[in-house]
Amino acid sequence: MASAHSDAVPAAAKIVVAGGFGVGKTTFVGAVSEIDPVNTDAWMTSEALGVDPGRPGKVRTTVAMDFGRISLSTGLVLYLFGTPGQPRFWHMWDDVARGASAAVVLVDTRDLESSFAAVDYFERDRKLPFIVVVNLFDGVATHPMDKVRDALQISPDVPLIAADVRLRGQTVSALVTAVQHTLNTTRSLYR
Amino acid sequence: MSPPPRHPWVRNYVLAGGRTSTQWRMLMHTLISATGAMPVAAAGPRPEAQALYQRVCAGPQTVAELSAACGVPLGLTRVLLGDLAGRGLVTVHADLDPFNPLILERLLDGLRAL
Repeated sequence: MASAHSDAVPAAAKIVVAGGFGVGKTTFVGAVSEIDPVNTDAWMTSEALGVDPGRPGKVRTTVAMDFGRISLSTGLVLYLFGTPGQPRFWHMWDDVARGASAAVVLVDTRDLESSFAAVDYFERDRKLPFIVVVNLFDGVATHPMDKVRDALQISPDVPLIAADVRLRGQTVSALVTAVQHTLNTTRSLYR
Repeated sequence: MSPPPRHPWVRNYVLAGGRTSTQWRMLMHTLISATGAMPVAAAGPRPEAQALYQRVCAGPQTVAELSAACGVPLGLTRVLLGDLAGRGLVTVHADLDPFNPLILERLLDGLRAL
């Protein structure tokens, strides 16, 4: 039964912000979110995660995850979800990625390895188009982009851009690039 | 045997027993809204369910927002919200098709207007 109440509910879209620990995911979300990034603890049982070698005997594992919200003038509310950094939470990543329109993988050129797992995840996932954003921590690029692409072994069709994720304008541009990439990649499915 | 509930979808849910999931498809960003303003006691005896219901009554929110605001773990939040939906207290809204070009164009237009 449709009610007047449900008609007033805005439509929610989602973009995933992934990357290694300390790569700037929370900063990215905070730069564009109209609410302070919500850092939430979601727990799972160790059964769901498999054995956690770091914490023998631990029954519950807390996974920190943050999200933000942007109300758009076009009647959509865009939610940004930061993934938990550690690769052992891939189960959680599936949950975060499900129903998303795009993914942004953040990388730090001083610590490319920390984002290998995220790039790998979305390369293998294939269902969710992603872009890679080099976070310019000091506002300047320290590595040529083609070197970064080589090091991360990103497909040529995956957009690779640089952005200072502290700045709202650059973060919004990264989101535009991500959505445009999804549109380019998936449009043929609707013809 | 208890008498058959009025709605078949309630029956399915009630029969689910030791619930770890619900038949409602709830993504982290699925929107939940209240169907009306009932007293919180309508949400049942569990304080987590009452807290979630009270929060939903303040306005439509996503599953993740409700989980974070009420300090209820995501998995339990889904089960309890499914329970509330089964009681007819909340509506679980349909999710957008994330790759629908019309939706993506609206996203782009909205982002560019920021």
